[in-house]
Amino acid sequence: MSVYTSEPPLYELSSTGKIGANLPTLDVPTAPLPTHLLREDELAGFPELSETEVIRHFTRISQRNVCIDTVMYPLGSCTMKYNPKLHEEAARLPGFAAAHPLQDQSLSQGALALMYQLQQYLGEISGFDAVSLQPAAGAQGEFAGILVFRAYHLSRGDVERTEVLVPDAAHGTNPATAAMSGFKVIEVKSDARGNVDLDDLQSKLSPRTVGMMLTNPNTLGLFEEQIVEVSRLVHAAGGLMYGDGANFNAILGIAKPGQVGFDFMHYNLHKTFTTPHGGGGPGSGAVGCTAALAPFLPGPIVRQNATDGTYELFMPEQSIGRLKTFHGNFGMLVRAWTYIRTLGEQGLREVSETAVLNANYIRTQLQDLYPAAVDRICMHEAVLRGQIAGAQGIRTLDIAKRLIDFGIHPPTVYFPLIVPEALMIEPTETESKANMDRFIAVMRQIAREAIETPDVLHNAPTNAPVRRLDEVRAARKPILRYNAEKFAELRRGE
Amino acid sequence: MLAAIGIASVADLFVDVPADLRFPPLDLPPAMSELELQRELRRLSGQNANATTHSIFLGAGVYNHFVPAAVDQILRRGEYYTAYTPYQPEVSQGTLQAVFEYQSMIADLTGMDVVNASHYDGGTALAEAAIMALNVTRKRNRLVVARGLHPQYRAVLRTYMQSLNLEIVGDDDPTMSLDDLVNLVDEHTAALFVQSPDFLGKLHDLRGIADKVHAKGALLVVHFDPIGLALFQTPGAVGADIATGEGQPLGIGLNYGGPYLGIFAARQKDVHKIAGRIVGATRDMNGELAYTLTLRAREQDIRRERATSNICTNQGLMALAATVYMSLMGRQGLRRVAELCYHRAHYAATQIAQLPGYTVDLTQPFFKEFVVQCPRPVAAINATLRTHGIIGGYDLAQDEPQLGPAMLLAVTEMNSKADIDQLVAVLREG
Ligand SMILES: Cc1ncc(COP(=O)(O)O)c(C=O)c1O
Repeated sequence: MSVYTSEPPLYELSSTGKIGANLPTLDVPTAPLPTHLLREDELAGFPELSETEVIRHFTRISQRNVCIDTVMYPLGSCTMKYNPKLHEEAARLPGFAAAHPLQDQSLSQGALALMYQLQQYLGEISGFDAVSLQPAAGAQGEFAGILVFRAYHLSRGDVERTEVLVPDAAHGTNPATAAMSGFKVIEVKSDARGNVDLDDLQSKLSPRTVGMMLTNPNTLGLFEEQIVEVSRLVHAAGGLMYGDGANFNAILGIAKPGQVGFDFMHYNLHKTFTTPHGGGGPGSGAVGCTAALAPFLPGPIVRQNATDGTYELFMPEQSIGRLKTFHGNFGMLVRAWTYIRTLGEQGLREVSETAVLNANYIRTQLQDLYPAAVDRICMHEAVLRGQIAGAQGIRTLDIAKRLIDFGIHPPTVYFPLIVPEALMIEPTETESKANMDRFIAVMRQIAREAIETPDVLHNAPTNAPVRRLDEVRAARKPILRYNAEKFAELRRGE
Repeated sequence: MLAAIGIASVADLFVDVPADLRFPPLDLPPAMSELELQRELRRLSGQNANATTHSIFLGAGVYNHFVPAAVDQILRRGEYYTAYTPYQPEVSQGTLQAVFEYQSMIADLTGMDVVNASHYDGGTALAEAAIMALNVTRKRNRLVVARGLHPQYRAVLRTYMQSLNLEIVGDDDPTMSLDDLVNLVDEHTAALFVQSPDFLGKLHDLRGIADKVHAKGALLVVHFDPIGLALFQTPGAVGADIATGEGQPLGIGLNYGGPYLGIFAARQKDVHKIAGRIVGATRDMNGELAYTLTLRAREQDIRRERATSNICTNQGLMALAATVYMSLMGRQGLRRVAELCYHRAHYAATQIAQLPGYTVDLTQPFFKEFVVQCPRPVAAINATLRTHGIIGGYDLAQDEPQLGPAMLLAVTEMNSKADIDQLVAVLREG
């Protein structure tokens, strides 16, 4: 059987009376059920399958995915590095995976110690005084940061600040976060070298400035050359600097965000610290900040009791509150802790050196065909443009889809928005030179095809579980749950 | 590679970093080999009590349910856990189909129309419901919240809402009934939030309240327990506009607090206001059935500051766990698990109610959790239980002090009759 064989929806595999789990029998007397509160349909129509059928179904559909474990996955901004298998074992140890978050803290000292140590490590790596592991993902870390900025300003009686500055190159979560926090988003332009445009920044700073959200290295994959000056200007206006740490993989042991002027940042543990992305999540968006902002951090946070050395959870005095239940995506924290302990200082620095070396290698080997967004040494990702000289009617999307035919996951495309036809390539440090050479050769071949046989690109992919999809139909006639009639129509092409 | 790039050394790649701040030392413990780390990890994890070392009667929003071995076997497939969000549908059909099946089964379970691909946990799903209710109802500034909502959900809700100039009412008074809450809903109210079974385990009859809430132009948000829905009234059947739940009971371990699964379901009419990813079914160029992320003009990468939420990464793999779990259990298995919880919880409640000094209200319907009023402080009782290898119930002293010494006790299919009898025996001895 080909791995690309289609697999019917689970609902079409169901037959009445089957069960895929072996459950204990009832060993206590039955109690009367409150009949007026029962569900009337008794769950009729819910799928019923055997364990074999369930395993085959989910194994078969899994083979319709590509992933880091099978292919190169240079998805820019996402840091799709290899996920070490030790981490998976670590997070599944019963003392971690089967511990209840509300059990007495005296019964959880190992878990709390691990969290405490991770707080210390992340603070050290980034140059911050305090860390909270609570946020569940980068976007939630951003939300934490903007709420902390707000609380900080209010605590000083500084009540007129309503505007958050966000570069035009920023990730969508940045403006969405500022808006969710009730603030106005003010866009700041980038200059020709891909840095924040200082004149534009100055014209937009005011007594209304809450702060600035900046990714560094930025979303063009470039280190902000004026970072110290940007921070100085924002601070001079009374604003605070938020660091979007999505690109932290470029600067481990190379620069500390807390030392170049940032007041607060989130770490995407599911990027830099290689907790697996899970096909969408879970992640962890731990945050770090300066001593001045520490009292406002979301909690609980772990501290060590000075008298007896035990670990305990506490809520910072002026905390913005809790952002989620309990204390962070703990399973991800175990993995990140393991990663840091595997590498140590030298290993972490080598991660960034290699990630940056790899991205520059790809950039220099491709930018004659795919112009760089900015012709400069880049950090961990190379942002190129899918504008191949001499090719007609070829878009970045076509290049991305053609890569699939060669067994390579496409880079991030059309982000950042300010780069026309953007191709954001992040090889990460775990890709070998041989694989990068193959990627480069394939990209060069695609550039030739774009000129000579453009239809090959327009029709791509042809070597994938499915061809390009009818996205318009998906949006115009949405089918968002299984329905036998709608699936019959869909199959008939109605 | 250096030559190809045109530089002399790796350090040359970092000239943009201010020279005085470049290559800072990192004061970290020395690197360790895999076998040393395995040892250290075992040491740390070995310090934690857990469901394999203790008999657990603690719930309060997180439950020790049975997870069939088959669930983790699927989660361990690199095809799922080492893939990113399915932006490229041609090579992500596995993830996309699984999410579509998750959406379908959760829609069936809740009786709702549309389900998103997940939020971070039950608490954030509920907070996102508040944001959506504010967007749907427009220009309203009041939320009515039942005290029966988990205290941490109410805390998360307040964190999310702190900058929005809103009034959150209803949960300060423990004597407030459902009718009282409904009466608090006025023409400034965006939504009423209720939970059943509530934080204290009680099941509520929610029929009839949706009409009253809708008459004021507000939405009804119902927070549920997904296992309970196999037996009991669904949010859909009582006319909820949004249903949220903590999906942890669906095949996800205790994990010392996470990762869990935020379930979010809504009505077709509001589909464009939902946050997060949604997968739809469509066809490819050859007419083959295929799945893709759809209705994306709600999301942050497209809409930026006008998005319905900032959510990007969600809890995808946990949604997969729930999907595999629900597939294995199926209709019968889910109902059996719910019945085991119900009957064992009632057995435990009846036994404890007979102990001198202990009181349990057996007149009110409950599912798998109930309040035990105790003759002495819960902390002391739990300390005794610990010496017998039992993790007792949640101490309500902080959250519901008016109850006096009271613990919230959870019983699931994992607590056998023998476990319950042992708990009762230790309580009896004091
Ligand atoms: C630059 C940038 N910022 C923020 C985020 C949001 O992080 P998360 O997906 O963890 O919420 C991302 C993730 O894609 C990103 O690339």
